[in-house]
Amino acid sequence: MIAAAAAEAHNAGFPLLSAMVLLPIVVAAVIALIPRNRTDIIKVVGLLGSVATGILTIVALVDFDTHAAGFQFVTQHVWIKEFGVSWKLGLDGISLFLVVLTGVLFPIALAGPKVKRDVKSYIAWMLVLEGACLGSFLALDLLVFFLFFELTLVPMYFIIAGWGYENRVYASLKFFLYTLFGSAFMLVGLVALVFLSTKGGNPLTFDLVTLADRQALAADTARWIFLAFAIGFAVKVPLFPVHTWLPDAHTEAPTAGSVILAGVLLKLGTYGLVRFGLYLFPKASVDLAPLLLTLAVIGITYGALVATVQRDLKRLVAYSSVAHLGFIVLGTFAFTSQGLSGGILQMVNHGLSTGALFLLVGMIYERRHTRQIAELNGLQKTMPVLAAVFMVVMLSSVGLPGLNGFVGEFLILLGTFVTHRWWAVVASTGVILAAVYLLWAYQRVFHGEPSEENRNLPDMTWRERGVMLPLVGLIVFLGVYPKPVLDRINPAVEHLIQHVQDHSDYRQPGVSAKHEVVDE
Amino acid sequence: MIAALLSQVAQNDQLPPLRVPQVEYKAMVPELVLMGAALLLLLIASLNRRRPPVGSYATFTAVAGVVAGVASWQQWRDVADHGAYRAVANAIVVDGFSAFFLLLISVTVVLGALVSDSYLRREELDGPEFYVLLMLTAAGGMFMGAANDLIVVFLGLEILSIALYVLTAFHRRRLESQEAAMKYFLLGAFSSALFLYGIALVYGATGSTNLVEIGAYLAQNVIVSNGLLLAGMGLLLVGLGFKVGAVPFHMWTPDVYQGAPTPVTGFMAAASKAAGFAALLRVFFTTFGLMRLDWQPVIWAVAVLTLVVGSTLALVQSDIKRMLAYSSISHAGYVLIGLQAGTSRGVAGSLYYLLAYTFMVLGSFAIVTLVGRRGDALHDLDNYRGLASRRPGLALAFTVFLMAQAGIPFTTGFLAKFYVITAAVQAHSYAIALIGMLAAVVAAFFYLRVIVVMYTPTGDADDDAEVAALPRLRLPFGTGVVLAVTTAFTIAFGIVPQPMIDFATEASRRLLF
Repeated sequence: MIAAAAAEAHNAGFPLLSAMVLLPIVVAAVIALIPRNRTDIIKVVGLLGSVATGILTIVALVDFDTHAAGFQFVTQHVWIKEFGVSWKLGLDGISLFLVVLTGVLFPIALAGPKVKRDVKSYIAWMLVLEGACLGSFLALDLLVFFLFFELTLVPMYFIIAGWGYENRVYASLKFFLYTLFGSAFMLVGLVALVFLSTKGGNPLTFDLVTLADRQALAADTARWIFLAFAIGFAVKVPLFPVHTWLPDAHTEAPTAGSVILAGVLLKLGTYGLVRFGLYLFPKASVDLAPLLLTLAVIGITYGALVATVQRDLKRLVAYSSVAHLGFIVLGTFAFTSQGLSGGILQMVNHGLSTGALFLLVGMIYERRHTRQIAELNGLQKTMPVLAAVFMVVMLSSVGLPGLNGFVGEFLILLGTFVTHRWWAVVASTGVILAAVYLLWAYQRVFHGEPSEENRNLPDMTWRERGVMLPLVGLIVFLGVYPKPVLDRINPAVEHLIQHVQDHSDYRQPGVSAKHEVVDE
Repeated sequence: MIAALLSQVAQNDQLPPLRVPQVEYKAMVPELVLMGAALLLLLIASLNRRRPPVGSYATFTAVAGVVAGVASWQQWRDVADHGAYRAVANAIVVDGFSAFFLLLISVTVVLGALVSDSYLRREELDGPEFYVLLMLTAAGGMFMGAANDLIVVFLGLEILSIALYVLTAFHRRRLESQEAAMKYFLLGAFSSALFLYGIALVYGATGSTNLVEIGAYLAQNVIVSNGLLLAGMGLLLVGLGFKVGAVPFHMWTPDVYQGAPTPVTGFMAAASKAAGFAALLRVFFTTFGLMRLDWQPVIWAVAVLTLVVGSTLALVQSDIKRMLAYSSISHAGYVLIGLQAGTSRGVAGSLYYLLAYTFMVLGSFAIVTLVGRRGDALHDLDNYRGLASRRPGLALAFTVFLMAQAGIPFTTGFLAKFYVITAAVQAHSYAIALIGMLAAVVAAFFYLRVIVVMYTPTGDADDDAEVAALPRLRLPFGTGVVLAVTTAFTIAFGIVPQPMIDFATEASRRLLF
């Protein structure tokens, strides 16, 4: 009903995407004006704000033209004339589901875990974060993207530092500085790209599409600038040598913070690599693909191995993210339609399953006040519902066929195998290791007889079940019937691969439908 | 020698009469407003034996600042409509660049007076003298911005500096204040002497002290052995580099910033730095513009040193004023990046940076003034512990300033860094652009450290009792106005950047030559 009404409003020239970005930020400003002790009103306003934003993203999904490859709902306003910067937002198959994921995860994160102190600031920061995330996914102007990309740091920093666990100050600072370090390279690269693209009398612009079409850089320069971008995104993803902030930040963040960090913020890195790496520097990214593929494979195996030996359940999930994000990068730099589609689908999958895992770990922590695997046992007996939900989510993360994780990982491995066989072979060990660490952890935490401390824990409340329901529903739905999602992702992916082929000597090897069946 | 002098005296009546240039007072209205207001205030205060109503000195100064600002704005409009011109025998210039700095310094006078008001009463130092000196400092700074002659630059520099030495020592009962003033005076006197010697050498090399004439001379003549000129330029750089706190001429900054009364520190960081850069940019970018290839490497080295030393030494400070002093050094490094680019965009970037910086730094020091409490002594980082729970508004405002100084998006601070980095990249100085951004990462660490401290409650029971024993921080009206203006500026023009970017760009375009 509401969605239909909003869809009509959109057809009448409603700036849907701008509204998506600004609504949560405006609601955050409204919350700032509500007195601190009226937490009831603040909670309702905050939740309504993020639900309304979620509805806007669903409207975009409904209105989205499935078979179009280009950007849709584009809005553009000049912002800084001097630099050719404009407020330009748009949506295509690559960003569509990340936007919807953001719209879905934020209300869940707000409704799920309870926060004890300073509810007002917490909800205001969460909403600012939502606006910043949506802004990053929607921006089609390099500077606007960078601004939102950087802006996400501030609310996330405050959420970790303000509502996190014991070591929160260290973790939040590390998170902030690591990302800022990467961004330093990215900003210089970005400005260099923009100015070098003015060669031959072209006007100064930060417009993504214009710059991608211009391709004015010499191959060597493009490689350097691509590297500058890659450093910025690699820290965010995070890729292997610069991943060390992630376990700390995820472990120390409050539950909702971890959900958003893993579910949405990490995707900024992988999304950035696709949108700004491949699109702006097709040739350089083909040239440097082996480097990124290697780092991705190292991340997959290293993340999985380290996850296996973790004693803290949350840290284990955090390291599993390093491995999963490695898969996404692998698919991205395989330069095949399957790999890239799988990578984008896997971004959504990882957001759903890891977000759900963090919520579940948070629920266990709220009851038991520990995350040490050694101290947890037999929870299946005390909390059967939670155990069942955990099982489904965990299996999705492992990549069990029939759940969403399988579809993404399979496409990625398939797509990579065609062009980079040995990387795919090594990466597939990551799938096995994922089964090892997750099943083993599940076994230790949920199986057996509960000890004295674990005996009298309440099972999931109805509220918690309500929070988990959409996530589990999506996990199953995407596993059984991913077609509607892939249908919307594929045109944009084909378009991007074509763009890469147009601007480099790379040619995608033909993979017929028959081959796929044989490989399977 | 003496005989020669005597013979000159004897021939005195044969010398041509001294020619007094025509003085176009219209070209110096803002400066004259402040000087006149300073003298008037001194006169009224000495004639009037009764104590005037509370806050009247500050109000008078703020009004004078506003009038000077309006006059500067008038000059800006005038230049926009009729073009730039020179006056007073070419010693003074009225162009967009000078009007920009006149406006900026007028703003610092208004905001500085508003912060000082409650401070001076709190410290029982209230009196007209402080404001007289404040206005004279500002007038000196304005002359530096409008100077078209090295001698006028020097005059402005001295008016500014001497008044500032006294202001630094103004807290009579604080030993640090006296010590800081002494250090500032001794080092400042040296730097002035070097600057003066630089003028002499440049005069020797080019035959003029007039900025336009020096430029014209250099354009028309090829100086085969330019050692004299280069030495002169170097000494000018030392003198002005001292004023803006560029490394290696920064040694005074932490001590003086820490020792000076806090509102003076804020004013010094804003007005004195702006004036120094006004002269530095004009002299190097326009007058010595043709010598670009000679000074660019030097400015490059100074800028890099300034960035690196400023941001790394700030890391280890536990005194907030010292930390902000080192941070102001690193800010000077960014302004130098703009100059180093040696392009019009670079100068525009530097101007925008100074504009953004002025508001951020005035706001920051306004908060430090408040938290310092009576005695102006509580400047340790620990005194900020738990500020967010006691005064959430103040903590939030300080967070905005610190985040802006760190260069977080949607603040003027980000755009300032972006602007100078852009200029450097456009001039293909990639290395310095990258160094600047990495220095910003280091700097973010110590800004965040303060924010962390403000938002963590005191853990120690003794500390809690100590804090509880202190009276609740009161936010005086004047300081409140300053904080509102500076935060609003920092955020609003971070979101709607066009007006201020236009302002800085126009100012750089309307440089006279």
